[in-house]
Amino acid sequence: MNHKCDECDRPATHRAVDVVDGKKIPVHLCDIHAAEHGLTGANPHLPVSELLNNFVQKHSGADTQSRSAENLHCESCGASFAEFRESSLLGCADCYGAFEGPLSALMERAHEGGTHHAGKVPRRAGVGERRQVAMRLLRRRLEDAVQSEDYETAAQIRDEIEGLA
Amino acid sequence: MNFRGHTENAGEWLRGSGPHADVVLSSRVRLARNLAGLPFVAKANRRQRYEVLESCRMQILAKPLSENTQFVHLNDATPMDRQLLVERHLISRQHGAAKNDMPRAVAVGSEETFAIMVNEEDHLRIQVLRSGMQLSDAFDQINGIDDMLEEKLDYAYSRRFGYLTACPTNVGTGIRVSVMLHLPALQLTGEIDKVKRAARDMHLAVRGMFGEGSDAQGDLYQVSNQTTLGKGEEEILADFEQTVVPQIINYERQARQALIRDRGPQLDDKIWRAWGLLTHARVIGTKEVLSLLSHVRLGVNLGRIEGVDTRTLNELFLLTQPAHLQQHSQEEMDPGARRIARAQLIRQRLGRV
Repeated sequence: MNHKCDECDRPATHRAVDVVDGKKIPVHLCDIHAAEHGLTGANPHLPVSELLNNFVQKHSGADTQSRSAENLHCESCGASFAEFRESSLLGCADCYGAFEGPLSALMERAHEGGTHHAGKVPRRAGVGERRQVAMRLLRRRLEDAVQSEDYETAAQIRDEIEGLA
Repeated sequence: MNFRGHTENAGEWLRGSGPHADVVLSSRVRLARNLAGLPFVAKANRRQRYEVLESCRMQILAKPLSENTQFVHLNDATPMDRQLLVERHLISRQHGAAKNDMPRAVAVGSEETFAIMVNEEDHLRIQVLRSGMQLSDAFDQINGIDDMLEEKLDYAYSRRFGYLTACPTNVGTGIRVSVMLHLPALQLTGEIDKVKRAARDMHLAVRGMFGEGSDAQGDLYQVSNQTTLGKGEEEILADFEQTVVPQIINYERQARQALIRDRGPQLDDKIWRAWGLLTHARVIGTKEVLSLLSHVRLGVNLGRIEGVDTRTLNELFLLTQPAHLQQHSQEEMDPGARRIARAQLIRQRLGRV
């Protein structure tokens, strides 16, 4: 099932079938060679887990900071950051705090620069919290409005923010 | 489990109706949620998983989420029943996998408009399905279900990261909005790769009919958002529903018109050959069926072929799958026998016995 790339030792992530003289010849290629053969674009879409792996690895690489990230452990569930790198799955809610450093950059990239929650708040998380999220969302919309020089909308949003504060 | 009667037709989401049904087969919204104070599923032991299962079961059944909500313990279900649920898109392939013997379940609402997986990757995966382009309706329903469940269940939530999920790619809103698109003309004109690349540039995932890792059989593609943190649910929904999907629908419709204009006879040939094979074949496999159904469906939507409706074709996409076929025939069949039964079922449904 797990083929190696026909041209190097990396695992094959792309399969194709060449037909030569009516015979089907299976082709197995890794990302890099698949791109070279024109099977994928320069920026191939990867399954999420792979995207995460590649990303984490790239940002760990050889620097010492990531070495220490490898050794991070979550005190609540015992999961290590190395385990997360393997599976792309965190062990428990507290892992978010325990791995916040290395996770932050990764999440920012996975979410188009998003770093803070701007959506629904569970009712039981308290009114104060819901207001904070609403504020964050409004501030973001305000920025967008100003950026696109939509001053009328911007003024409206500013009023809404003042109403909330 | 009692989905037997359901194998005669498809769920609500394949009805073939709803806005833009010529291109959009179905809309789906799902939310990922976890219970506070318990490890995520992969790190939870058997006892903890039972605890999650029981808390969720009690709350799901205590609430009037639908007239007749069925709660199915998947570790007790037969492999055939699990496969049936996978084919109906009520559970993921991972959740239905035979080797998975962990306590896990799915709650299915009447008409199959919603399904709640318990102990999949996250403690709760709530999903709502609709036919055609009906994302806003789907969102309203799922938001209501989420509110009701939350009355008694304490969700893992943080101020900064929002709803906490096992994989950080779902964190924040935990929302995934997706549509299943039928894009045969973009496939025939060879523009599908361009569309896929464009979709990816817009941070969207493009997958086959059965989700992650599956091929796009029958020219059916699932397109979904990837970003869940830093944007509100309504914003994610609006981007997707008002900007992204209409654009893809437009490309497909333009490609369809171009085919009629530049390659009319060849197009009709494809459509009618597909019809000929479907109505006359005696032995046929799933992959071939999906591809032929795709071409006939295109013909129906373009008015090139009459006497069959989209709903019948949509249903055949589902009913010709292995588990549905066996359930329909009330017997287990090897692949060879299935190919014969499949050809027969298609002829029956298309009125050519």
